[in-house]
Amino acid sequence: MKFGSLIFANLFRKKMRLVLTVGSFAVALCLFAFLAVVKSAFSRGVEIAGADRLVIINRISLINPLPLSYRDRILQIPGVKVVTHDNWFGGVYQEEKNFFPQFAIDVENQRQVYPELVVPDDHWQVFLKDREGAVVGARTADRFGWKIGDRIPIKSAGYGPSTTWEFNIDGIYHSTKAGGDESQFWFQWDRFEEGVPQTFKGNVGWYVLRLDNPDDAVRVAKTIDDMFANSSYETKTETESAFEAGWAKAFGNIEFLILTIGSVVFFTLLLVTGNTMAISVRERIGEMAVLKAIGYSDRTILFFVLAEALIIGLFGGILGLAFAVLAVPVLGRALAGLLPQLILSPQILSLGLLAALIVGMAGGILPGVGAMRMRVVTALRRV
Amino acid sequence: MAIPIIYNIRSVRARWTSTIVAVLGIAGTVGVFVAMLALAHGFKATLVSSGSQDNALVLRGGATAEMMSFVPLDSVKILQDEPGVAHDGSSPLITSDVVVVAPFPLRATGTDANTQIRGVSSNVLQIRRNIKIVQGRMFKPGLTELVVGKNANRTYAGLTVGNYVNFGGGRWQVVGLFDAGGSAFDSEVWCDARVLDDVYKRPNTVFQSATVHLTSPQAFQQFKDAVTSDPKLNVDVTREIDYYAKQSTMMTTLITYLGGLVAFVMAIGAIFGALNTMYSAVAERGREIGTMRALGFGAGAVVFSFLLEALFIACIGGVIGCISVLNLNGVTTSTMNMQTFSNIAFAFKITPPLLVEGVIFALVMGVVGGLLPAIRAARQPVALALREL
Repeated sequence: MKFGSLIFANLFRKKMRLVLTVGSFAVALCLFAFLAVVKSAFSRGVEIAGADRLVIINRISLINPLPLSYRDRILQIPGVKVVTHDNWFGGVYQEEKNFFPQFAIDVENQRQVYPELVVPDDHWQVFLKDREGAVVGARTADRFGWKIGDRIPIKSAGYGPSTTWEFNIDGIYHSTKAGGDESQFWFQWDRFEEGVPQTFKGNVGWYVLRLDNPDDAVRVAKTIDDMFANSSYETKTETESAFEAGWAKAFGNIEFLILTIGSVVFFTLLLVTGNTMAISVRERIGEMAVLKAIGYSDRTILFFVLAEALIIGLFGGILGLAFAVLAVPVLGRALAGLLPQLILSPQILSLGLLAALIVGMAGGILPGVGAMRMRVVTALRRV
Repeated sequence: MAIPIIYNIRSVRARWTSTIVAVLGIAGTVGVFVAMLALAHGFKATLVSSGSQDNALVLRGGATAEMMSFVPLDSVKILQDEPGVAHDGSSPLITSDVVVVAPFPLRATGTDANTQIRGVSSNVLQIRRNIKIVQGRMFKPGLTELVVGKNANRTYAGLTVGNYVNFGGGRWQVVGLFDAGGSAFDSEVWCDARVLDDVYKRPNTVFQSATVHLTSPQAFQQFKDAVTSDPKLNVDVTREIDYYAKQSTMMTTLITYLGGLVAFVMAIGAIFGALNTMYSAVAERGREIGTMRALGFGAGAVVFSFLLEALFIACIGGVIGCISVLNLNGVTTSTMNMQTFSNIAFAFKITPPLLVEGVIFALVMGVVGGLLPAIRAARQPVALALREL
């Protein structure tokens, strides 16, 4: 880098302009990171879905129940390893905005179906013996500051008259898959069955099963749906990823929204860098002509301009992404309960840096080529 | 003495490339800002317009949404005799609704989405008076007939008048299309409550909610007091309009938070762009500024002139931003309403106050982006500026 000091001297020639251009990059990259994080929060369910899991819901809709008696018939289908069933409780902790999902779970099979959601064995043993026990995801426990041994009142909703159910926090689960859902609240299905009014007894919300071999998914799903066709509770069986995809799609076209905003931002950014580089080249046209006159090649001149633009892009990018790394956890806490967990992954960071470099390069290329092509005589004659 | 405005307009034109950059930066920001607000606004308007002031919604005590509520027939019978309930001739104006969701294929993607099916009493049009049948006719009591909202008709394949559809184990004919004025009901499908119960094999004695038409909006308190003090009833009473307004809060909070954040971050970027443009404008015009000062224009006049130029650029940006999103007005989109687990269609709603807000936002960016460069322009020593090449 024998020209290093020259490039740096040029960079710092107008400090205010440098700060502003680097700042524009930082802002755009920070916004890029936010948008990418929100988008991935909506699509994460699909990405981390277990390939060997099928979800069985009532054909009419997710909120219509299925009979518990289906369980044994599903288990008999060849290729099914284990089945679990859950109910949505939908209770309210203190106030409505403290939303987190509560499931009445089948304690026998939960851990076989969801091996990635890990509860320490000693916690689990306590939970099994405690009728009023609950196991909660680490994220929800953090959110409300719950510790093991705490007693939590939750007001039921949707199952007859509203009553308050009290739970003991017996365990906290973590997800071994990055970005797994750590917001659920589990309690024993038997307690649910006992506590709800007669009309709700004997029903489950949905079944989740694990296959011996993921390649069997289509066959097993079809077998199940055929088995219960024309009954009063028809089923709809999907792979977990198809189920999650349908769920994410129901919120609307978030991907389109984010892509639109993202491209507006990048287009604007491209204009800003291009303009800044053009101004700074215009100001220095005499100097560049001198450089050319004393024997610097056209390519070297182009290299000077591009290097400047790339350095601005690089620093702006690093600055913006660093800010995003600090801000995303704060944002995530502010939006807890409204959005799934926000995670800034290394992929997002490297994609952002790459985008910053490309935009910097693209912004520098026109002025750079202009500087390369100019005729020394004309340039020197200009005042 | 003020510097003539024509000077600023001419210099903006002379440096049009960097002006365009600043204008587009501001236009993009204002566009996103207005579009986000229009989205939140439209969603809220859709739900709020669903309710009316002179209707009261009755749900089971403690239930926050219709889906979670149960109102038995006995309670409905008591409700209809409470004070404040309007009558048509001798019959009380009350509809007891059964609500289920059923999947229908979306026209756009062909995938299924949940639609809210509402079983209603046959006099429902006298209670929900903002709803008009615009094609075909109302369903006949006792028959498996459907009337569909205009957004449901537009969003889902197969829900056209004359068609037959299958759901919940029954075969239904669509006999009418209704217009609910862009409210949440427009995304629904209506039929006879008793028929819906039969098809779904549900008991005929339980409803999700009851809605009564009141003799006047003021009669609400009287009705509510009578109902809540009745020991035979365990129900909550809300004004219909308040119930729907509350449903919209979660979604509008989310859109406003995220949209506000995006607009704020973009605004910082746009201000940087404006600052850059104005600083280079000042730097390039050092001699001009020196000449004006030498001619006797004061420092204040120079600051004012440059600020005006920044505001001019910002204003153009703001107006372009507003115009570019204007054709979003009325575009319908849909999302899942988390309270009902069903699809709800709503439209971007761009109102004049929203556009004014957008332009004000642009002007604020102009002031912030133009003030510092303007001050720098005024503080340049005259002799030095004149000597500059």
